[in-house]
Amino acid sequence: MVNKVYASAAEALDGLLVDGMTVMAGGFGLCGIPELCIAAMHDKGVRDLTVISNNCGVDDFGLGILLQARQIKKMVSSYVGENKEFERQYLNGELDLEFNPQGTLAERIRAGGAGIPGFYTKTGVGTLVAEGKEHKDFDGETYILERGLTADLAIVKAWKGDTDGNLVFRKTARNFNPEMATAARVTVVEVEELVEVGELDPDGIHTPGIFVHRIVQGAHEKRIEKRTLRED
Amino acid sequence: MPWTREQMAARAAEELEDGFYVNLGIGIPTLVANYIPADKDVTLQSENGMLGMGPFPTEAEVDPDLINAGKQTITQIKRSSYFSSADSFAMIRGGHIDLSILGAMEVAENGDIANWMIPGKMVKGMGGAMDLVAGVKRVVVVMDHTNKAGEPKLLKRCTLPLTGTGVVDRIVTNLGVLDVVEGGLKIVECAPEVREADIRAATEAAIV
Repeated sequence: MVNKVYASAAEALDGLLVDGMTVMAGGFGLCGIPELCIAAMHDKGVRDLTVISNNCGVDDFGLGILLQARQIKKMVSSYVGENKEFERQYLNGELDLEFNPQGTLAERIRAGGAGIPGFYTKTGVGTLVAEGKEHKDFDGETYILERGLTADLAIVKAWKGDTDGNLVFRKTARNFNPEMATAARVTVVEVEELVEVGELDPDGIHTPGIFVHRIVQGAHEKRIEKRTLRED
Repeated sequence: MPWTREQMAARAAEELEDGFYVNLGIGIPTLVANYIPADKDVTLQSENGMLGMGPFPTEAEVDPDLINAGKQTITQIKRSSYFSSADSFAMIRGGHIDLSILGAMEVAENGDIANWMIPGKMVKGMGGAMDLVAGVKRVVVVMDHTNKAGEPKLLKRCTLPLTGTGVVDRIVTNLGVLDVVEGGLKIVECAPEVREADIRAATEAAIV
């Protein structure tokens, strides 16, 4: 029996971290981020990372802590506002940045995981994003070629998982996590609740275990970036 | 009297039709949700992976796993569904969303829009804006007619990096409502006590 279950994020990442590697990290803002794996990567000190993630955390939480420690060389993202350290490093030329439209980023990851090396999209035609990319007309409309994306490692956050790696996400914490789980050579998942095989409803599984190589259960802070309340 | 932010949002809400699936951008467009007419059944999409967005939560309802695309805490409603980012943008890019209401820094007379970057100044990123303007059936922009210095933001050509080309259908500003048509912009409505001449004077784009 292959064992996918690890006792801690640090152990789950053992032997996987190499300086200069490319890592996909799930999450939207601070929602659904693999916070335990990020903290473990910080502690292990792996450097010169290329990180593919929609955002880059905040100054002291999420991917922001890897930025603070200068462990990130390049970000591939769609939106990096709300992070002063990011802006500072980028404007000083200390950090490389590739902006992707959010849907293009999601589809590049989906394509990468599905064995599709490229696809055409209307998104970004006529903008900076289209520069240097192949243009092609289909049915009278112009599209650009975008490449599929893969990575050495994906770090993913799910709500529940079983010992085989079958995953269930919760609400908007799903976001980029399912696609990223498919697109890396090794996928490490952290869950809030780990159950035995057979306990999850097979019809309700969002990511099948074939995409998951290592899984760890842990306590998550789940910090809220913008607590917004209604007045009743 | 030019419209206030709230009045602009209320005017933009008149663009909603019964049965529409709608994506609202950050800023004034978010306020549009407060003015959805009671007789119109509208479903709000949030590009981080939700259809059927509810109001902001009470303290007891706050859930860190439930936010909108502006990262604010929100709630679910009876019809809500959740999905991944790739599925979300399949809805957007695939033309399944009826209307996108979003903000802009500049709009040009040919429907070009710039709203994601000020070179050397603002490094934030385009988020989902490029996908929305490229894929959604109808694009309505809500923005101030001029900048803080009083200079026009409706231009012959955008000066800032573009978000999309020839994609804007209608613009709601504090002065009125304009449509992008052949040859330029057409005034379709003026805010109370605002004359067409006032709009022309505050607009660089050709008005036809």
